[in-house]
Amino acid sequence: MAETVVPVTHEPTPEETHLRHHFATPEQQMDAATLGMWTFLITEVLFFGGMFAGYAVYRGMYPDAFASTSRYMNLVLGGTNTAVLICSSLTMALSVRAAQLSKRRDLILFLILTMIFGTIFLVIKGFEYHDKWVEQLVPGFNFRYDEAIQYAHNAQILFFLYFAMTGMHALHMVVGLGLLTFLLVQANRRVFHANYFAPVEMIGLYWHFVDIVWIFLFPLLYLIGQNR
Amino acid sequence: MATIAHETPRTATPVNYLNVEHGWKSWLFTTDHKRIAVLYLVSITIMFAVGGFAAVLFRINLLTPEGLFSPEMYNRLFSLHGIIMVFFFLVPSIPATLANFLIPIMVGAKDLAFPRINLLSWYLYVIGALFAMYCVFRGGVDTGWTFYAPYSSTYSNSYVVPAVAGVFVAGFSSILTGLNFIVTVHKMRAPGMTWSRLPLFVWSNYATGLIQVLGTPVLAISLTLIALERVAHVGIFDPNIGGDPILFQHLFWFYSHPAVYIMILPGMGVISEIVSCFSRKRVFGYNFVAFSSMAIAVLSFVVWGHHMFVTGQSVYTSVAFSILSFMVAVPSAIKVFNWTATMYKGSVSFDTPMLYAFGFIGLFTIGGLTGLFLACLALDVPVHGTYFIVAHFHYVMVGGMVMAYMGGLHFWWPKMTGRMYPQVWSQISAAIIFVGFNLTFFPQFILGYLGMPRRYHAYPPEFQMLNVLSTAGSSILAVGYVIPLIYFLWSLKNGPIAGKNPWGAAGLEWQIQSPPTTYNFDDTPVVNEEAYNYGPVEEVVG
Amino acid sequence: MWDSLLLADMPLFPPTASVQAHQIDLLYFFLVAVTAVMTALIFAGVVFFAFKYHRTRNPRATQIEGSTKLELTWSILPFLVMLVMFWWGADLFFANAQPPKDAMEIFVTGKQWMWKIQYPDGGREINELHVPVGQPVKLTMASEDVIHSFYIPAFRVKHDVVPGHYDTLWFTPTKPGRYHLFCTEYCGTLHAGMIGWVDVLSRRDYDAWQSGGAGGRQGTLAELGQQQYEQHGCSTCHLLDQQGRCPNLRGLYKKPVLLADGRTVIADDAYIRESILDPNAKIVAGFEPGLMPVFKGQISEEGVIQIIAFIKSLAPAVPASQQGSQQPPIVLAPPGPGAASTSSSNASRTPVNSQRQ
Repeated sequence: MAETVVPVTHEPTPEETHLRHHFATPEQQMDAATLGMWTFLITEVLFFGGMFAGYAVYRGMYPDAFASTSRYMNLVLGGTNTAVLICSSLTMALSVRAAQLSKRRDLILFLILTMIFGTIFLVIKGFEYHDKWVEQLVPGFNFRYDEAIQYAHNAQILFFLYFAMTGMHALHMVVGLGLLTFLLVQANRRVFHANYFAPVEMIGLYWHFVDIVWIFLFPLLYLIGQNR
Repeated sequence: MATIAHETPRTATPVNYLNVEHGWKSWLFTTDHKRIAVLYLVSITIMFAVGGFAAVLFRINLLTPEGLFSPEMYNRLFSLHGIIMVFFFLVPSIPATLANFLIPIMVGAKDLAFPRINLLSWYLYVIGALFAMYCVFRGGVDTGWTFYAPYSSTYSNSYVVPAVAGVFVAGFSSILTGLNFIVTVHKMRAPGMTWSRLPLFVWSNYATGLIQVLGTPVLAISLTLIALERVAHVGIFDPNIGGDPILFQHLFWFYSHPAVYIMILPGMGVISEIVSCFSRKRVFGYNFVAFSSMAIAVLSFVVWGHHMFVTGQSVYTSVAFSILSFMVAVPSAIKVFNWTATMYKGSVSFDTPMLYAFGFIGLFTIGGLTGLFLACLALDVPVHGTYFIVAHFHYVMVGGMVMAYMGGLHFWWPKMTGRMYPQVWSQISAAIIFVGFNLTFFPQFILGYLGMPRRYHAYPPEFQMLNVLSTAGSSILAVGYVIPLIYFLWSLKNGPIAGKNPWGAAGLEWQIQSPPTTYNFDDTPVVNEEAYNYGPVEEVVG
Repeated sequence: MWDSLLLADMPLFPPTASVQAHQIDLLYFFLVAVTAVMTALIFAGVVFFAFKYHRTRNPRATQIEGSTKLELTWSILPFLVMLVMFWWGADLFFANAQPPKDAMEIFVTGKQWMWKIQYPDGGREINELHVPVGQPVKLTMASEDVIHSFYIPAFRVKHDVVPGHYDTLWFTPTKPGRYHLFCTEYCGTLHAGMIGWVDVLSRRDYDAWQSGGAGGRQGTLAELGQQQYEQHGCSTCHLLDQQGRCPNLRGLYKKPVLLADGRTVIADDAYIRESILDPNAKIVAGFEPGLMPVFKGQISEEGVIQIIAFIKSLAPAVPASQQGSQQPPIVLAPPGPGAASTSSSNASRTPVNSQRQ
C-alpha cells in the first residue's frame, strides 16, 4: 500500500507553496514560521515555569509532606500515560515526515493515531481525577488527609499544584487535539505536500512540547516518595 | 519652524491603505498592519480616557483630608486606574500603534511576519478590555493593580476573577505582538538592511518584544493561581496551609518589573527618531544606544526583588537586587547623554515632536534618578509604599513614556493620515501637558518623604495643601490631553495635506507616500546606507 | 474643611525623631543633591544646545558618529557614584537589620483595620504606641489576616507584616513627641484608617505613664499567657513539673529541639507560634503527630503572643545533680521505650526517666 512519491520536476509555484504576499520566498516564510513557533514555545516554558517554581519552593520547604503524597498517585495510570504520550510524539513525528514526502495516506494515518493516543491520555487522566475525587484529595472541595495528619496542610499544597499543573497540561492537550483535527481536515483536502507542510511541522513542535511538559510533570508529581 | 511640504492639490487622492477598501468588514477582518495599528489606536485611546477619568475622580476625592467618596469607591477607582493604565494603555501603547504601523516599513517589508496573528492580538486586547469593563460595571475590583495575596485571593469582596481574566487575555495579546516583532526583525529585513542599519526605534521595540515574550507568561500564571485560589477557597499562597504570600510577589514582580521596561523602551526608541530628525543629525553613539536597549531588556529580569525590600526577604537577597537595580540605570543614562550629545552641533528646530522630546529627556531624567532612591536599600525603607513611589513611576511612565507617545503621534501623524495638525495648538498643548504634569506629580515626592502612604482615600490634614496642588495639576494635565484629541480628529478632514516627508527626515517610512499603500513599497527597497544618514560623517570625536 | 489651607504650617519635611532617621536623612540629601545636579546638567545641556544650535543660527548640522571615550566616561563615572549610593545604603540597611540585644520588646498585631499593641507588663493599646526616648525598641509583629505594613515616617522605619509568621522592626527614638503611625501596604477598605500615633516620652514621663495603668491591665503579658495556657487545656499534656505525654515547656525558649525528621531547630517565637497554630508542622523526636489540637482559629495572634511570654517566663528546673531528687531536667529526648536516638549528632540531649505518664 506504499504511495509513490511524486518527484518534483518544476519550481513550485506560489500557490503550491502557499506563499503569502508579504514573504519574498517560501524559505523565508518557513523560517519565519519556525522562529515564531519556537518563540511561542519559549513563552509556554515560562508559563509552566511559574508553577514549577512554586513547586520547587514548596517541595524545598516541606519535603516530607510532599513525599507522603506519592502513595496516592496511581503509578500504573501515570506510567501508562507517559508511554502513551511518547508514542503520540512518535506518530506525530512520523506524520511530519509523511507530509514532507507528500505521503498523504500515511500523513492521515499518523495524525489519526496521534489523536487516538492523545485521547487515551485524556481519558486516563479523567479516571485519575475521578479517583482523586473519590479519595477526597481535591483541595478546596473535599480534601482530607487523615492517615498522615501532620502533613495535611502542606500536602494540600502539592495536590493544588497537581491539579493546576496537570489541568493546565490537559488543557494544552485539548487545544492540541483541536489543532490536529484542523490538520486532519486539511490533509484530507490534499493541502500538504513536499512543497508545503509548515503547519504540520509547527503543530508537531507544539505537540512535542506538550509531551515534554508531561515528562517533567510525571516524576515531579508521581515519583517523589517512591524510593522510600 | 518646520516647513510643511504641501503637495499641489490633485483632483483625486491616491489609493492608500485607508481608502483602498471601505466598510466595517474591511476593517474588522483586515490583515494590514497599518489598519490594525489604527484599530489599536482607537481602542487604547478609549481605555486611556477611562483610566484617566478614574484618576480625575480620585484626585478630586483627595482634595479634602476626609475624602469625598466612600473608601470602597476610592479603592475601586485607584485599582481601575492602575489596571487600565498599565495593562490596557501603557503596555500596548507604542508597540501596538506606532511600532505596528512602522516596523514593517522601517525594515523594508510589506507587512509583519504574521499579519493574522497581529489581528488576533487586537481581538484579544478587545476581549480583555471587555472583561475589564464587565468587572467595572459589576462594581469593580479593589485589590490594586498588583493583586497581592492573600487580600486578592481570600479577603477581597470584589470582582477579582473578571479583572485577572481581562489582564490575562490582554497579556496574551501583548505576547503575540512581541512575538510578531521579534520574527519580523529577524526574518523580514530588506536586502542591505543589516542590524546595524536599523533605526533605533526598531531596536527598542525588538528589545521590548523580548521582554513581552519572556515576562508576560509568568504574570499569566500568577494571576491564574490567584483565580484558582479564589474559586477553590484554598491555594498555594494561603498561609493557613503553609503557603507563602510572598511567593506571589516574587512571581508577580518577575513580570511586572520587566513590564515597566516594556513601558519605556518603545518611548526611548521614539525619542531617538525625533531627536535625530529635529537636529538633522545621526544619533550620537548609535551602537551604544542600540546595545543599551538590549542591556536594559536583559537586566530588567534580574531586579524584581527591589519591590520587596521590606517584606522580610533575606538581606543578602536584597543586597543582590539592589546592586543589580543600580546597574540597570546605567544603560538608561547612556541614552539620555547620547540624545543630548546628538543636539551638539546639530541644526535644532522646535517642532512639536521635538518639544515632547525635550519634555521626555527632562522628566525621564528626574524619574530615573528618583529610581536610584528606591534601588538604595536604606532609602527605600522609608519611601516604599508612599507617594514617593507614585511620583517616581509617574515621572517615568507619564513624563517619559506618554510624552514619547504623544511626540511619536505628532511626528508620524502626517505619515499615518496624510494630514498635518495645527502647529500652534500642538505646541500650546505640549506646554500645558508639561506644566500640568509637574504640578501634579512633583508635590508627590514631598508627600512621599513626609510619609503619606499610597492608596489612602483619606489623610492627615497637614498633607492637604500638597494634595490640592497635585489635584490642580491633574486638571491642567487633563486639558492638555484633550486638546490634541480635538485637533487630531479635526485634522483628518480639515488639516493641510501632508506630503511624503513634511519634516525632511531620514528613514524608509519617509520615502513612501503619505498615507502609505497597503503593501508599503511598490518594489522591495534595497538599503545601502546607515540609519539617519543626514550627511556624511565629518567628526569622530575621540 | 478648607481651614487647613489657610494655615501657614504646611510641612515639607518629616520630623527626624530616631537614630535611624538621622542616618537615613543624610543619605537622602546626598541623593537629592546628585539628582539635582544631574538634572540641572541635563536641562542645561539640552537648553544650551537647543538654542546655540537652533536652525536659525546653525542651518547645517555637523554629522558626528560618536565617541567611545565619552561613552565609557559617562557610563563609568555615574556608575561609580551609584556604587557609593549602593554601598552607603546597603551598609546602613545591614546595620539596622538586627535589633540590639537590650531592646525593649513590644508586640504588635495587625488586623483589618487596626494595630493592637501589647506590652510585656500586660498593657494593651489600639493604634497607639508609647515608648521612652533613647531606648531601643523592638517590635515583634503578626498579622491576623492580610499583609499590612507598619510604618513610622518620623523614625524612617517600616516593615511588612505578613500573615503566617512574625516580622520584626526596631528603632531608637531620639526626640519626645507625637508621631504618625501608618499602615502602608494596601489591606482593604479601611487601609487609610489603619493609622495611629507613636508617643515618645521622656524617661520620667514614660515611667509615669506606665505606672498610671495605661490600657487596662489584668496582669503581665506572661500572666495573661498563663491564663490562656490553662484556659485552653495546655496543661493537660504539657505538665510543667513532670514529664507529660508532650514535650516539657519549662526552659524551652531559645533551646535547640530535635525533630522527628532529624532536623534540629531553635525554639524561638516563630517555632512556638507554629507549634500552637499548626502543631503538626514539626513533630518533636519521639512524639506522635496528630495528638495536639490545632489551635488556629481558636487562639488569636494576640493570645499566642501572651502564651509565648508565659513560656519565656518558665525558668528551667534545677538539674537533678544539684537537687538529688526526681526533679526532671530539661526534656529534649523522647520519654518512652522505642524512643531510641535517631541521631547521634544531637549532643544536647539528656537522658530522662523512661516512664510515660
